[in-house]
Amino acid sequence: MDAFPQLMNGFAVALTWKNLMWCLVGTTLGTAIGVLPGLGPALTIALLLPITFKVDPTAAFILFAGIYYGAMYGGSTTSILLNTPGESATIVTALEGNKMARSGRAGAALATSAIGSFVAGTIGTLGITFLAPVVVDLALKFGPADYFSLMVLAFVTVSAVLGSSAVRGLAALFFGIWLGLIGVDLQTGQARFTFGLQELLDGINVIVVAVGLFAVGETLYVASRYRYGKDEIIPLQGSLWMTREEWARSWKPWLRGTAFGFPIGAMPAGGAEIPTFLSYYTERKLAKRPEEFGKGAIEGVAGPEAANNASAAGVLVPMLTLGLPTSATAAIMLSAFQSYGINPGPLLLQSQPELVWGLIASLFIGNVMLLVLNLPMIAIWVKLLQIPAPLLYAGILVFATIGTYGITQSWVDLVLLYSIGAVGYLMRRYDFPTAPVIIGMILGPLAEQNFRQAMTISAGDWTVFFTRPLSATILVLALLALAGPKLYSLVSKPKPEHVPGDA
Amino acid sequence: MTSEGAQSGEGASRLRPAIGELIIAIGVLLLAAVILWQTAIIPVSPIYAKVGPTVVPYITALGLAGLGLLLLYAALKGGWQPEEEKETVPDRPALLWVVAGLALNVLLITYGGFTIASIVLFICVARGFGSKTILRDAGIGAAFALIAYFGFAQTLGINIGAGLVENALNGLFGLDPGS
Repeated sequence: MDAFPQLMNGFAVALTWKNLMWCLVGTTLGTAIGVLPGLGPALTIALLLPITFKVDPTAAFILFAGIYYGAMYGGSTTSILLNTPGESATIVTALEGNKMARSGRAGAALATSAIGSFVAGTIGTLGITFLAPVVVDLALKFGPADYFSLMVLAFVTVSAVLGSSAVRGLAALFFGIWLGLIGVDLQTGQARFTFGLQELLDGINVIVVAVGLFAVGETLYVASRYRYGKDEIIPLQGSLWMTREEWARSWKPWLRGTAFGFPIGAMPAGGAEIPTFLSYYTERKLAKRPEEFGKGAIEGVAGPEAANNASAAGVLVPMLTLGLPTSATAAIMLSAFQSYGINPGPLLLQSQPELVWGLIASLFIGNVMLLVLNLPMIAIWVKLLQIPAPLLYAGILVFATIGTYGITQSWVDLVLLYSIGAVGYLMRRYDFPTAPVIIGMILGPLAEQNFRQAMTISAGDWTVFFTRPLSATILVLALLALAGPKLYSLVSKPKPEHVPGDA
Repeated sequence: MTSEGAQSGEGASRLRPAIGELIIAIGVLLLAAVILWQTAIIPVSPIYAKVGPTVVPYITALGLAGLGLLLLYAALKGGWQPEEEKETVPDRPALLWVVAGLALNVLLITYGGFTIASIVLFICVARGFGSKTILRDAGIGAAFALIAYFGFAQTLGINIGAGLVENALNGLFGLDPGS
């Protein structure tokens, strides 16, 4: 498959007025929710899922992708000016960016992160353009057993490797898988875990879970410790025009960050934390003045920001070509595909070329829009940070309620929403990651489907997952990912001491 | 997802079981038990013996049970939370305000309609976050709820129950229920 003419067709789709408008709405909304603490792309896309009943898939995905990319840009503004990283991937940006802002160089920090995001986003989207067809060719050889193993690998890396604890990550994942199992089993028509409730036969809506965890749970958590810390917004200072020296110090970190971010994001493992940290440490090693790190080194903003955005682009590769989401946001986008009756996977590029290439083209366009939205218009977004927390969180909960109650108009859904919110609060309080819940919930049923298909093909022979070379290789990788860090720490520390928190 | 550094802290608390974590671990084990029990009562036709609707639920239950035991062990050994986190007492009044708002919302939404329920929710949450200006919050909440109702919900085509206020405002557009 030749990507270039396809991409040109994609631009023809994306450059219609209607789709440009969706892209603008998406990028604007994405930046806004990225800037606002307490709101993220997964939550926003979940709340907007009902739009899939109204507009065509291309428009919806252009909107969602705009939100997805926009939130990355907006998030860095918050971590620089407010020092409250909304997600673990922007912790590193906050590290140096906030220090820069404190010393009056907020402008330069915002500029290097916006331009770096643009560079990384554009290269990353180019990466999708050329990598996606290659992955598709490979994926066409996959059987159900291989898919199942691939999903196991994604499960393991997403929950066990990326977070701070494998046990808590996996517990969150299994909780999500269980939530996904609730409802009628599509193959046998058997109801599972419905506890006699009519409302649960169709399964739990992903909107309820995402909104419960990310809006209700988050609000409860913030409320429980709001009075302990007041965030201080650092005023926008310093020129947004970077000096020649700042350019010189930024462009290499941008490219190196992209080189870390995109491939790692594109792996079935995903995750933006690892590339951002890798980028940060690399820049600190390579910097001419490493002593500036920790005090506001521009390289420490430029590199990780680029890595973050490039990995966000990379995540779309397994999502579009394999139907394999490796972040909560991608998982919710996958459920949007399901709501259209479209199955993302190797056949998607052939069956929906308009959608896929239109989406990719709109990512290029969205990046340009985002650069404009986030540099010349940055002052508007900074104003959003001044919304008082009581009003912001009250508004979030009202929106969360509308989004959920509107689906079925059933108070059962509301009770479910708030219960999952309570679980989300406990998870935040006790340091369980929440993204694996969403991924488990969306990917779990697909994994089960592939598992059962593989088992049916093999006539109930369990060994099929180990005898197919591809599947076996992937499972070994998953095992290594799970056990590797433990083995490594055993080897590197001669006397294994017990660490209480190492659950 | 944060601060694993503090976990390695060796201290007196190491042998003292952590109550919060203990409850969480027991909760996970209970969930595993419920899943196991609920899976056991799913009737399975013999044709599906190996690929039936219970295989993955069993795997899930066993997985959770194993993880619950590991969590239990960690909790008995002093828990996994960094000290600083353990010592932070949650702001109970704030939590109570938010929870009260949510509970009232569920009660009010079926009878009073979405707008009234939203205003009450808005006031309670704002109060939980320390706002003292109830009337102003009510006003903002009302404006917000109506904007949300007419803008967001109608555009998305999701049908929110109309109540007293909505009907009074003649909020009946061509409602088409989502999903």
